[in-house]
Amino acid sequence: MLALILLLALATPFLPLQDPNATATAERFARPLSPDHLLGTDHLGRDLLARLVHGTRLSLAMGLAAALLAAVLGSILGIVAGFLGGRADNLIMRGIDMLMGFPYVLLALAIVAALGPGLVNALIAVAAVNMPFFARNIRGVTVALAGREFVDAARLSGMGNLRIMAVEILPNVLPVIVIALTTTTGWMILETAGLSFLGLGSQPPQADLGSMLGEARAALISHPHVAVVPGVMIFLVVMSINLFGDGVRDALDPRLGAGAPTRPLPATVVDRTGPPPPSQAGHGALLAIDDLRTEFRIGRRVLPAAGGVSLSLGRGEALGLVGESGSGKSVTALSVMRLVASPPGVIAGGTVRLDDTEVLDAPLRILRGLRGRRVAYVFQDPQGTLHPLYRIGEQLTEAIRAHQPMSLQAARARAIELLRDVRMPRPEDRIDDYPHQLSGGQRQRVGIAMALANDPDVIMADEPTTALDVTVQAQILALLDQLRRERGLAILFITHDFGVVAQLCERLAVMYAGRIVEEGPTAEVLAAPAHPYTRRLIACVPAPGAGRRRLETIPGLPPPLDALPPGCAFAPRCHRARPACSDGEVVLRRTGMRAVRCLYPEAAA
Amino acid sequence: MGGYILRRLIAAVPVLLGITVIVFLVMSLIPGDPATAILGAYATPENVEKLNRDLGLDRPMVERYVIWLGNMLQGDFGRSFSRNRPVIDEVAERFSATLVLAGTSFVLCAFFGIIAGVISAVRQYGFADRLITFAVLVGISVPPFFLGMIMILVFAVHLRWLPVSGMYAIYGGGDLADLLRHLVMPALALAAVAAGVVARLARSAMLEVLRQDHIRTARAKGLPERRVILGHALRSAMVSIIPVLGLQAGFVLSGAVYIETVFQWPGVGRMLVDAILTRDLMLVQGGVVLVAAAYVLFNIAVDVAQALLDPRIKT
Amino acid sequence: MTTAPALKVEGLSKTFGARAPLLGRARPGVQAVRDVSFAVARGETLGIVGESGSGKSTLARMLAGLLAPTAGCIEIAGTRLGIAKPARSGRLIQYVFQDPAASLNPRRSVRRILETPLKLLHHMPQAAREQRLAELLAAVSLPTDALDRYPHEFSGGQAQRIGIARALAADPRILVLDEPVSALDVSVQAQVLNLLAELQQRMGLTYLFITHDLAVAEAVSDRVMVLYFGAVVELGPAREILARPAHPYTRLLADSAPVTGRPLPAPGTADAGLPDPRHPPAGCAFAGRCPRADALCRGQAPPLERIGDDRLAACHHPLRE
Repeated sequence: MLALILLLALATPFLPLQDPNATATAERFARPLSPDHLLGTDHLGRDLLARLVHGTRLSLAMGLAAALLAAVLGSILGIVAGFLGGRADNLIMRGIDMLMGFPYVLLALAIVAALGPGLVNALIAVAAVNMPFFARNIRGVTVALAGREFVDAARLSGMGNLRIMAVEILPNVLPVIVIALTTTTGWMILETAGLSFLGLGSQPPQADLGSMLGEARAALISHPHVAVVPGVMIFLVVMSINLFGDGVRDALDPRLGAGAPTRPLPATVVDRTGPPPPSQAGHGALLAIDDLRTEFRIGRRVLPAAGGVSLSLGRGEALGLVGESGSGKSVTALSVMRLVASPPGVIAGGTVRLDDTEVLDAPLRILRGLRGRRVAYVFQDPQGTLHPLYRIGEQLTEAIRAHQPMSLQAARARAIELLRDVRMPRPEDRIDDYPHQLSGGQRQRVGIAMALANDPDVIMADEPTTALDVTVQAQILALLDQLRRERGLAILFITHDFGVVAQLCERLAVMYAGRIVEEGPTAEVLAAPAHPYTRRLIACVPAPGAGRRRLETIPGLPPPLDALPPGCAFAPRCHRARPACSDGEVVLRRTGMRAVRCLYPEAAA
Repeated sequence: MGGYILRRLIAAVPVLLGITVIVFLVMSLIPGDPATAILGAYATPENVEKLNRDLGLDRPMVERYVIWLGNMLQGDFGRSFSRNRPVIDEVAERFSATLVLAGTSFVLCAFFGIIAGVISAVRQYGFADRLITFAVLVGISVPPFFLGMIMILVFAVHLRWLPVSGMYAIYGGGDLADLLRHLVMPALALAAVAAGVVARLARSAMLEVLRQDHIRTARAKGLPERRVILGHALRSAMVSIIPVLGLQAGFVLSGAVYIETVFQWPGVGRMLVDAILTRDLMLVQGGVVLVAAAYVLFNIAVDVAQALLDPRIKT
Repeated sequence: MTTAPALKVEGLSKTFGARAPLLGRARPGVQAVRDVSFAVARGETLGIVGESGSGKSTLARMLAGLLAPTAGCIEIAGTRLGIAKPARSGRLIQYVFQDPAASLNPRRSVRRILETPLKLLHHMPQAAREQRLAELLAAVSLPTDALDRYPHEFSGGQAQRIGIARALAADPRILVLDEPVSALDVSVQAQVLNLLAELQQRMGLTYLFITHDLAVAEAVSDRVMVLYFGAVVELGPAREILARPAHPYTRLLADSAPVTGRPLPAPGTADAGLPDPRHPPAGCAFAGRCPRADALCRGQAPPLERIGDDRLAACHHPLRE
């Protein structure tokens, strides 16, 4: 559509059209489809088709020129202001603020009033009133970029300010400029047409679409076609430009890339093929996860983040789930209450049983009753997981009242009690604080208090101390340990740190590439790891007290999830691997309390 | 909070001053000579000179600006020669008409825009989303003046449901019902574009917020989905929607210029266009400054609303 | 020492935002770094350890010339460095950033990233550049076809190797390593640390290794400097500091690290936390959390004093065996 209009506009001079300005009073207001005039004539008997085509051409050119002018000037100001910051920024942005202090038409009117009505003046006016939009937008992006480390890196590489702006900043803001340009061009065409409509833009006899509409207004009721024709044309032009702009934005906006285009549904989609597997944990386990398969379906790619995970958790037990990033440990925990972002997450197989009752096929209403009530979560980043705009008291009482109907006052009293339980200093005062007023450690205490609000049976702690300083981490771990002993809580503790697991958990499971490779009592596994991956991972961690030295490493990288090697996923990096390792599925073999997914496990110590 | 409002008001003073400077500079760019414009092309040179002196146009620019500013501060915005009455009276009368129209439109666009955006985000890629997305596309693509003309053709000329134009019926009108009947079409036509922009932004803001971690926390607490969407997500999304509502107020005020022309609404926008075409500069100057001042005040109100909503803003 | 140390820092301080705003009363600035002095010998690795709010990143940025100090001076090999001008200091001291993804411009190829310092700092001709690029990639064990790829095509560990190569391209004497492995997984962490150790040996580099992890600091450093609230609290040989901390804060830090076999501490009431950086206390900044603090500690800030062979601590009551 856009291409067609553009083509039409470009080809105008070559088309066999009648003179758009030839008046023929005898043929005034001819109806559309009349023999000589396909779209009829206007009040001066001019051929509408010819005027339409020429008008479109003019409107398009005006809109594009105004948009380009505004974009170039605005972007330069925006980049300079955003990059230099300080006084230059202040000066430029104050000026921009003043321009934005006007409703834009007022400014355009003032400019036109000063320069006099006319096409070029209208164009200048429209460009001037839209420039602030670009300047602000680009400045915002530039400020964010200027604080990025690669700009520092460029400085250290010897670049000066001008060169950094041109070489480092500009390529990164260019997509934003293009998006802003394509999404506002339609708007600018409307504005220039608007000025012409008011009689302040193009002057007769020259006509753009706006002035055609303006002239037709007088005869609107008697001869509507004279107005409808250019009106529809503006609409079509602007709509096709807007559609094109949206297309450009979708293609260029990194946030809309293949990774995360959508909002998550209330619960992860469950799309299981085949019957649910029988429980291996046997009856009596509080929480039993069996052969859980959770995938991310992104376009045609399927990433099996959890590729058949089986775990069980007894009442009051603390199980550590250890793995590197991408091993599937968080996804496993989130799948239990169907909290994996979906799309793109899909639970493609397996079961989760809470007290022998399947929860994955429970209706959302039941699931919601379990969330926070029986299974509660503590997340990694307390900054992001608390709502920034609610007081912590509001967030706590809300959690309580979601499952226990009680008065606000009673809930507030309970919330203070919870804060005291997590050893928050002065809970009566802190309860009215906002999350940003607390330190990281205090926020995480609030997160724990919120998880405890309804006396759950299980707490899923997803790296709750990773974002904290070590001294604070030690306190939080101690708190969790005390609370779970006092209350008989079961904890699934997700971490990448063996030291943390050793201090908190009786049992641990190690994940690699979406599967559990080893499981057993913490002390035994740490003392004598059976899986080569576990052994080498433990060795990689620098232990204090050994002085300066060369560290153990694991060669290579974890495999991409959509290209897992056949058989044992660790085989390509394993010093003990033999051909058989890559032949077929390696099962998790259980002996007593311990289990290992390896054909040639490390010799037991 | 009181201190914050006061500080914002103080900070607005330089902006207002800047606005008067811009208006004054722009107006002094005008080629030709206002006295000639007032007296007509056949005025004698003596009369022109006398008027120039009366208007103070023979003094240096800075002095003229200071005098003009001083007069404005005392409430004297000069006299409109085309209406032959004080500018302030004319603007006040016209501005109240515009406020009725723009205010109604603003409420409509904020209300429907946000609702449409939220529905669209929650039902992403569903039928409702597609419908709203299409309606929004049409809304932001159709020129408001053309939409107004079409509405007149359909609802006033063909269906005869509503009056063609004006603010009150010439005979027997004047009550509230009459005002509302006249208000419906212009308000809707004016709200259409702004509602489209608001809906678009509300949709993307909601989608952005729904992906954030604290929404997962809210769900992990077992909150009902209604509360997650309206209590948690929309509240966060409002942080980015409110500033755009402030901008939309500017758009609505601007669109009013077209709509008032189409519907013969006796507002300040039409007044300005007429004033420009008749070169009634006093009226243009005074009108622009007053409307801009009102807009600045409105934006302070928006900032205050933002500060009330977001505790992270230092008050 | 007869020759000048590779790096000498004296009385370095940084105060942010002390300027009076246009409206309202002037606020005291945030003292991010307070009077830090130390020297590093050629080929040595100094580990700089601190938690959030300790001022370690501010210190690092000042050393690299990315931030102008409020007071104090920096000397490299006996020559005093002028005010922050990375274009000049870039040939002497370079920086490796924490987040490899953020420190590489996503829209420039590896070749252009690595070429820039060669061109701008060393004015190297085309042919020489090609040869140098190949050397650099080999030094950080990346394949030569990496040159024409873009940063996002690399994993975290590989991207950090590119970051290291970029720093080495300027052929500096000193590298400031700002938490170079804390964004990486454990198994990759070790690879990068070993690579850094190799490079140091081969090129005779001097390292300033900034980290929040005592165990990592011990594994890579000759000496360790512990920062708290913008000031040095302890400085000494890495092994000794970890084995026998003299400052109670160092002790707390060492005891807090989760280590197999060590029991959890008793859960305390949360975080007394850091003092307000706009209004630092008159006495020791750690006094509020210190079990040994007394009236002297609260009233008077302890100076950094020699407490043994090559060991310094800022404490009125240092821990002794």
